[in-house]
Amino acid sequence: MGRYILKRIAALIPVLIGATFIVFAIMHFTPGDPATLMLPQDATRAEIEAMQERLGLNEPFLVQYGSFLAGLLQGDLGISFRTGQPVASVIMTRLPATMLLAAASIIVAVIIGLIAGIIAAIRQYTFWDGGAMFTALLGVSMPNFWLGLMMILLFSVFWSTNFGYTLLPASGYGTFQHIIMPAVVLGTAHASFITRITRSSMLEVLRQDYIRTARAKGLSEWAVIVSHALRNALMPVVTIIGLRFGVLLGGSVITERIFAWPGIGRLLIDAVRAQDYNVVQGIILTYAVIFSLVTLAVDLLYTVIDPRIRRQYR
Amino acid sequence: MNTSAAPQDQSLKTEKRRKQRTRLQETWRRFRKNRWALSGLVLLVLLAAVALGAGVIAPEGVDHQDFTRRFAPPGQENLLGTDNLGRDTLSRIIHGSRLSLSIGFITTSIGLIIGGTLGAFAGFYGGTRDQIIMRIMDVILAIPGFIFAVALVTALGPNLTNLMIAVGVNSIPYFARIIRSSVMSVKEYEYIEAARAIGAGDLRIIAKHVIPNSFAPILVQATLRIGDTIIIAAGLSFLGLGAQPPLPEWGAMLSGGRQYLRDAWWMATFPGIAIMITVLAFNLVGDGLRDALDPRLKN
Repeated sequence: MGRYILKRIAALIPVLIGATFIVFAIMHFTPGDPATLMLPQDATRAEIEAMQERLGLNEPFLVQYGSFLAGLLQGDLGISFRTGQPVASVIMTRLPATMLLAAASIIVAVIIGLIAGIIAAIRQYTFWDGGAMFTALLGVSMPNFWLGLMMILLFSVFWSTNFGYTLLPASGYGTFQHIIMPAVVLGTAHASFITRITRSSMLEVLRQDYIRTARAKGLSEWAVIVSHALRNALMPVVTIIGLRFGVLLGGSVITERIFAWPGIGRLLIDAVRAQDYNVVQGIILTYAVIFSLVTLAVDLLYTVIDPRIRRQYR
Repeated sequence: MNTSAAPQDQSLKTEKRRKQRTRLQETWRRFRKNRWALSGLVLLVLLAAVALGAGVIAPEGVDHQDFTRRFAPPGQENLLGTDNLGRDTLSRIIHGSRLSLSIGFITTSIGLIIGGTLGAFAGFYGGTRDQIIMRIMDVILAIPGFIFAVALVTALGPNLTNLMIAVGVNSIPYFARIIRSSVMSVKEYEYIEAARAIGAGDLRIIAKHVIPNSFAPILVQATLRIGDTIIIAAGLSFLGLGAQPPLPEWGAMLSGGRQYLRDAWWMATFPGIAIMITVLAFNLVGDGLRDALDPRLKN
């Protein structure tokens, strides 16, 4: 088991190094001169050239990439062109908000998705099934930023004009009320995918002999569904959460922007606008690392859920 | 005498006809039975008609401004209201359908053609070439798609063309993986060996035998992908990283509507509904195609 984990981590390293190369290359060839951006508007030609020299911008591309990679190994992502702060520490202060939002939205997605999927499966071909599946289809087809705008319209704008107070705050960070709308907005599309996959895998499991056995020995329907069927139907659900985690991170960029959520997604867009490419580069790599680690964690989670897989890697 | 012969004759005919049915007809027969899929198709045809006839259907021109009626709420004059410059929202949505549909088709085509070529190549030859191509794809896939698109648009500059390039490039690894795996399963069949035995070259085998036979899953994924790319592109435009005003791109319109959320709810509402209906249509058709093409459901 330990060897398996080590092997998986080792496989991750070349992929992440490749990602640093691609991102560094994209940012390197982006128009805009960091030296000019870092200096005041009235800087002289000589000052700009001195800055270029100091930043190593006159070195060949591969040399620059090499020193970037060397810095990266020591946790150094360079400094912000705009504020002069170290990029790594700026990201670290913003990262908890993003992780909190991602976790909250996954919780929302799993709760809604599992309940809707189970109901759809045990009431197959009824109104409930049809309703759940159609809602899931709408959830997949809806842009999450539009859902965000609609929720703000309903719970903040409409509510305050008609009832005199705001039900949920439209932006900000800090309290439980603040996280409800962003988490629902970001979780909806994933809830839809989880609903679909839960339904189909529950339908598959419910046909198995051991379900009939469980019913035959007089277990309550609830016990059959939760401890026998759901447990065995959970694998594909875990898979889809892992597979779609990248999409969730992408969606969090827009969600953070709509709700003024102080995570790295909002920072990314601000940095893009300010042409602060060191920050952009650092954030993109952070996303890649988080995504890769979550994928790895999901793979390892299989071994926890399914004893058959665990035995293979002992 | 005649009466007893007729039914037999008839059943023979139907039998013959069933045999003559091509795969396409068979798929269409199953697709047609699926009410959801069919309504998706009808929706798509309508959307295509709206996009093609935008100039005729739209009540007003796309940039027609009238400052005397800024922020007019939905009503008889302007069915879906007007925006901050007094432009008719409905007209802009109708004109915008051209953009969103083009974005969906063009970006998916970029991904399909480049990714498909790479994937077919990797799957067909295997070995080192496969390893190199697929490891590069893995690296791109390690960066969440939307964020990779943000990086590309940042480097290229935010406009409609670059938006399509970024979202298209984003789809390359996605199609490379799908097409690689279907090519790998197809190439083991005997008809590939037969083609090789009569002296067909690799390119001919790929073009004439491998691709047509792995067509079904690709068609399904491409249809579903169009919906995804429309949402991704609208999201980038919403962030100001895609189509720029005054283009009536739906995501860009929503971005404008967001600023006036408190005064003009319609500006942020209707373009989103347009996106949802369009993506829904592609998803319905994609799901329907998958069910129609899945041989396990064949009776």
